[in-house]
Amino acid sequence: MKKIMLAQTSPILGELNKNFLKHLDDIDRGIEEKCDLIIFPELSLTGYCLRDLVYDVAINGEHEIIRKLIDKSHKISIVFGFVYLDEHGLVYNAGAYLENGVLSYLHKKVFLPDYTMFEEGRYFARGTTVNGIKTQMGDTTLLICEDALHISSAYAMFRRGVSTVIIISNSPARGVYKEQFYSKSMWETVTKFISMSLTSYVIFVNRTGVEEGITFWGGSHIFNPFGDKIIGLPMISESYKTIEIDINDTSRARINSPFYRESNNIVG
Amino acid sequence: MDINLDICTHILTNFISEETKKVGFHNVIVGLSGGVDSALSTKLASIALGSNSVFAYILPYKLSKRENIDDAITFAKQLGINYEILDITPMADSYLSLNNIIDKVRVGNVLARIRMVILFDRSVQHEGLVLGTSNKTELLLGYGTWYGDMASSINPIGDLYKTQVWQLGEYLRIPVNILEKTPSADLWEGQTDESDIGYRYKEIDSLLFYMVDQRMNRDKLIKLGFKEDMIEKFKEMIRKSQFKRQLPVIAKISLRTIDKDFRYCRDWGY
Repeated sequence: MKKIMLAQTSPILGELNKNFLKHLDDIDRGIEEKCDLIIFPELSLTGYCLRDLVYDVAINGEHEIIRKLIDKSHKISIVFGFVYLDEHGLVYNAGAYLENGVLSYLHKKVFLPDYTMFEEGRYFARGTTVNGIKTQMGDTTLLICEDALHISSAYAMFRRGVSTVIIISNSPARGVYKEQFYSKSMWETVTKFISMSLTSYVIFVNRTGVEEGITFWGGSHIFNPFGDKIIGLPMISESYKTIEIDINDTSRARINSPFYRESNNIVG
Repeated sequence: MDINLDICTHILTNFISEETKKVGFHNVIVGLSGGVDSALSTKLASIALGSNSVFAYILPYKLSKRENIDDAITFAKQLGINYEILDITPMADSYLSLNNIIDKVRVGNVLARIRMVILFDRSVQHEGLVLGTSNKTELLLGYGTWYGDMASSINPIGDLYKTQVWQLGEYLRIPVNILEKTPSADLWEGQTDESDIGYRYKEIDSLLFYMVDQRMNRDKLIKLGFKEDMIEKFKEMIRKSQFKRQLPVIAKISLRTIDKDFRYCRDWGY
C-alpha cells in the first residue's frame, strides 16, 4: 500500500520563495503523516497567470530550491510544478517527480493551451514527449493539465502500460451552468475515461485560489483502475487529504478489462 | 443560460474575499441605488467579508425616486452593513446649473461620475476597495458611464447577464420589491433601461448568450428566431463600446509598452 497526500494549494503569484517555503511546510506535514508521495498542482512554485513574470521565476535543475526539494525526497516522493529554464534559455511549464534524492523525471508540458483565456504558447516552449518512469508507484506518467486532454497522450501512456497517471493541473472554473459545471464535468469525464481505458490509477491534483478574477476550482480526485472515484477534495478551498492505494490493483483490474494486452496491435 | 446558483455563490463570495484581502484590504465600498445589481453585489460582499466590512453609500440626486432611496435604506438595515445617505444634488447642480447642462446623456454621465468620485474618496477613508455593480449585459452594450458607474476595483457580477443577476438575487433572497422593480438608471422621471435600449432584458440576454458565449453566427441566430435588425443592432452596440472595456489606447514608441508587451496581472505578488 502507498500513502499519498494530495496538496490542493493556492500559490502566491510570482513569489517563488514564499511558495517554496510553503512547499517545505506541506512536505514536512506529509512526512509527519508517513506519506510515501505528496503531489502539488501545476506551477505550484509560481502561480499561473504569470505573463511577463515567467522570466523572473524560471529556474533550472541546479537552482537551490530544486536542490533542497530533491534533498527532501529522501523521506517522501514529491511531485510539483514550476517554470523550468533550459540551457538554451527556453522556459517550459514543467513538472518534476522527485524520489530517493533524485530528480527522477522532468516533464515539459507538451500541449500548451493558447486559446480563449489561455496564453501559454506565448510564453512557454513546447515539450515533445509524454514519457514515464518506474517509481514506487509502479510505471508512472506525469502529465500537466492540457496534456491529459489529448488522445495522443493517452495513447502514449497506453503503449507504456502505465499503472499510475499523475495529472497536475491549474484548471479554471468556467461554464458554471445549471445543467453542468463545465470544468468539473470535463475533468471527471476525462480522468475516469483514462483510468478505465488504461486500467490504471489516475491522480488529478488541481489548484485553488483566485488570480485576476479567475477561480481555480480544486476538486482534486483519484480514480482507481476500475473507474471508481476513491477520493475527492472540496471545490474552491485549499485542502490536503491522504489516501492509501494498492498499486497492484492494476493487475486485478486487467483481468476483467485486459485492454492493455491488446495495446500493441494497432499501429507500429 | 441558467447558472448553477450554489457554485456561483461560492465562486463570487470567494472572489470578493480573496481579491480584497490578498491586496491588504478588509473592506469594500459600494454605491447602493435601490436596484438589483448593487443589491446583489452588496449581498455577496456581506456574505464574503461580513456586514461590518461593507460600507454602502446611497447617493440620490433631486430627481431620484424616493422609493429607490427607501428600498436601499431598508436593504442596508436588513444586512446590517454600514451605510450613509449623501444627497449629491448640491455637488451636481453647482456644475450643471453653472454650465446650463440639460442634455440627458451629459447629466447622466455627470451624476455617475460624481458618485464615482465619492466612492473612491470613501475607499481611502475606510481603507477598502470599490465594489463594482455593472452586469455583463450593461458592460457588453456599453450601457453605463465610462469612469462612472463602470469604475470599480473588483466586480463580482460583471460576468452575469441581467437575467442571471435576477436568478442569483432570488436565490440569495434579495427583497422582492428590489428584484421585481423595473430596471432603471433613475436619471429622470419614467426612464427605464428597456425603453432606452428598445428590447426586453430577457430577449437581449438570450441573444447575447447565443452570440457571445455560444459564438453563434448570424445564420444560426436567425434560425433560432432572432430578427436580423436586432442582431445587427446589438453587434454594433458591442463593437462601438469596446473602448469602455479596456485601458485607454497608448501610442507605442518603446520596445515595452504598457499592456502590449509590458504584461502583468493585477494580482502580481499576491
